[in-house]
Amino acid sequence: MSIWINEETKVLVQGITGSQGTFHSTRMVEYGTDIVGGVTPGKGGSTVTLPGRDVPVFDSMSEAISDTGATASVIYVPARFAAPAIIEAADAFHEINGGGLIICITEGIPTLDMVRVVAHIEQKDDVRLIGPNCPGIISPGEEGGCKIGIMPGYIHSKGRIGIISKSGTLTYEAVAQTMSVGEGQTTCVGIGGDPVNGTGFIDCLAAFEDDPDTEAVVMIGEIGGTAEEEAAEWAKSNFSKPLVGFVAGATAPPGKRMGHAGAIISGGKGTAEEKFAAFEEAGIHIARDPSKIGDALLEALVEAGLREP
Amino acid sequence: MFRESGVRVQQGEHCTTVEQALSAYDSLGSEIVAVKSQIHAGGRGKGNLYCPNSGDLILEGGVKVAFSREEVEEYASKILGHKLVTKQTGPSGKMVSNLYVESGCDIAHEFYLALLIDRETESLLMMGSTEGGVDIEEVAEKTPEAIHKEWFQPSMGLDEEKAGSMADSLGLKGPSRDSFVEMAGRLASMFVDKDCSMIEINPLVLSGDGTMVALDAKVSFDDNASFRHPWWHEIRDISEESEVEVRAHEQGLSYVDLDGNIGCLVNGAGLAMATMDVIKMYGGEPANFLDIGGGADSESITAAFGIILEDPSIEGILVNIFGGIIRCDMVARSIIEASKETGLEVPLVVRFSGTNHEEGRIVLDESDLDVVTVSTLGAAGEAIVGAIGGLLE
Repeated sequence: MSIWINEETKVLVQGITGSQGTFHSTRMVEYGTDIVGGVTPGKGGSTVTLPGRDVPVFDSMSEAISDTGATASVIYVPARFAAPAIIEAADAFHEINGGGLIICITEGIPTLDMVRVVAHIEQKDDVRLIGPNCPGIISPGEEGGCKIGIMPGYIHSKGRIGIISKSGTLTYEAVAQTMSVGEGQTTCVGIGGDPVNGTGFIDCLAAFEDDPDTEAVVMIGEIGGTAEEEAAEWAKSNFSKPLVGFVAGATAPPGKRMGHAGAIISGGKGTAEEKFAAFEEAGIHIARDPSKIGDALLEALVEAGLREP
Repeated sequence: MFRESGVRVQQGEHCTTVEQALSAYDSLGSEIVAVKSQIHAGGRGKGNLYCPNSGDLILEGGVKVAFSREEVEEYASKILGHKLVTKQTGPSGKMVSNLYVESGCDIAHEFYLALLIDRETESLLMMGSTEGGVDIEEVAEKTPEAIHKEWFQPSMGLDEEKAGSMADSLGLKGPSRDSFVEMAGRLASMFVDKDCSMIEINPLVLSGDGTMVALDAKVSFDDNASFRHPWWHEIRDISEESEVEVRAHEQGLSYVDLDGNIGCLVNGAGLAMATMDVIKMYGGEPANFLDIGGGADSESITAAFGIILEDPSIEGILVNIFGGIIRCDMVARSIIEASKETGLEVPLVVRFSGTNHEEGRIVLDESDLDVVTVSTLGAAGEAIVGAIGGLLE
């Protein structure tokens, strides 16, 4: 099992005819993702050739969902068009399917656009948004699996660890770390590094808590905001499985944006130290060096009786 | 921008010379004026001006009230061309090349007012305090109850009820309350229309005639929205920004200059931060944050090497790539190319993982480049700090 997606998930690609859209659609199909179509306004009626299949392109999400029965959509459109694309997907999924999953990969969406998008989606609690500015979500299967995003699929393997992360390549690092101690993953969720986004740490933790196949979770945070502290506080009384945490940015200077729009220590708040302290206080196993995440996970699994010492 | 949006500000003029400051004084026709240092940092009023050469203290306070033409001349000459050191500039301070000379204001009370995007509630937040004109972070720490908050959505704007409730919290009554409500609504619209990420008015004053005046403000814009605001280019003062960071940005690199001696070149912002953290953990000091981004190519990697090596304090370089879309063999070839072009002379440690990491390592090992290749981030940190002799016991 996994959270939110599996090998049966039918996926649409918004922006499928763009270079990023086509490139990543190809990679996703190669991994085993069931891409059933795409949306590019003005290009409805055409097809896009992916490995082993030609998929239809639609002008709108409503048509695409009605025609294909898709339950998830991934967005590769440029930043200036991304907010309307998310809202279109949310409305269409809500009206046609009574819900759906939207994964927005796009980086650089104006923050106020995201404030509007999040407020809009909150009205439709059957719709889940992951991202933006994230690598996506992946649930490895026995062979292949379901990958919705831009991560390198081959580094993953089916297993019992859930991964949640604000960062892209640092998620891959966490995946490699679980593999280094012989553990695979149920689902890896990149929640993105923007200050205002969809799914957060707590949503993911709650889903992993309910997923019987997930036996432990690795949580990768970074400086800025208080999402890590809130997640730690929530986990104290609501999360029963072993949890491993790392926070990037212990050496970041205050007031400077470190690449991600949300990665900034402002007014002395949002430091890695505060987040590590919150993790420790909540009994989360911490790794201060990302290449020790595997060791921390091993220790957590042993302590929980899930692995032999 | 404030004036266009209908928020009252004092008459004033932007000046870059003492002569301009004097002519601004003459044309403003106000006996009392404020002479304000203009830099991209706060805390100016409580900051001090120093001579950039001798380091001597020239003037206490970067915002001065002048009561005569002579005083305008004195302050303008003591501010322009000198370094302003404030709580926010760091000890090196910032050279002041711009002044704002503004008509004096009859102040009945000073408030603090800010608008920002609240990450926790994912909505907009207006914060106000009766403790204007002072260090607000201190107020937030010592008397958090003195800071009043109202949240609102960009699509709804700040309604009269919320603006009114803020006015009540600030103790405003009658016409002053009305003036505040009107101003706050306009300010909220300005925040949304101009894609601000923060507006901080300090002080917001209640003038003698009962109206609200924004006496000084700091505004930040959301970079991501620049496509909607081509006019930002016109008001942007590149000289206030880090020249190397601006240049890196033009190359598609995300770069932040730091104080250490180990240069880092990494793909991904989170991994770039983690790389800095690991360097520090082994006893080293990172010289920069550098994310080459997902679309990096040979050209941008060469540019990144060039930018790292410009820093004279660099004693070693750590390259950390977790290949996804980026292939490690491409990065390896770019490193060889870049090291030839830049005449690399410091120790280089490369850590490859992910897509084509083996191929990448072979390319480096077969080259005549003096490079240590490792496979984990921990080993990379240890190797580079060890190479410059800085390992912790």
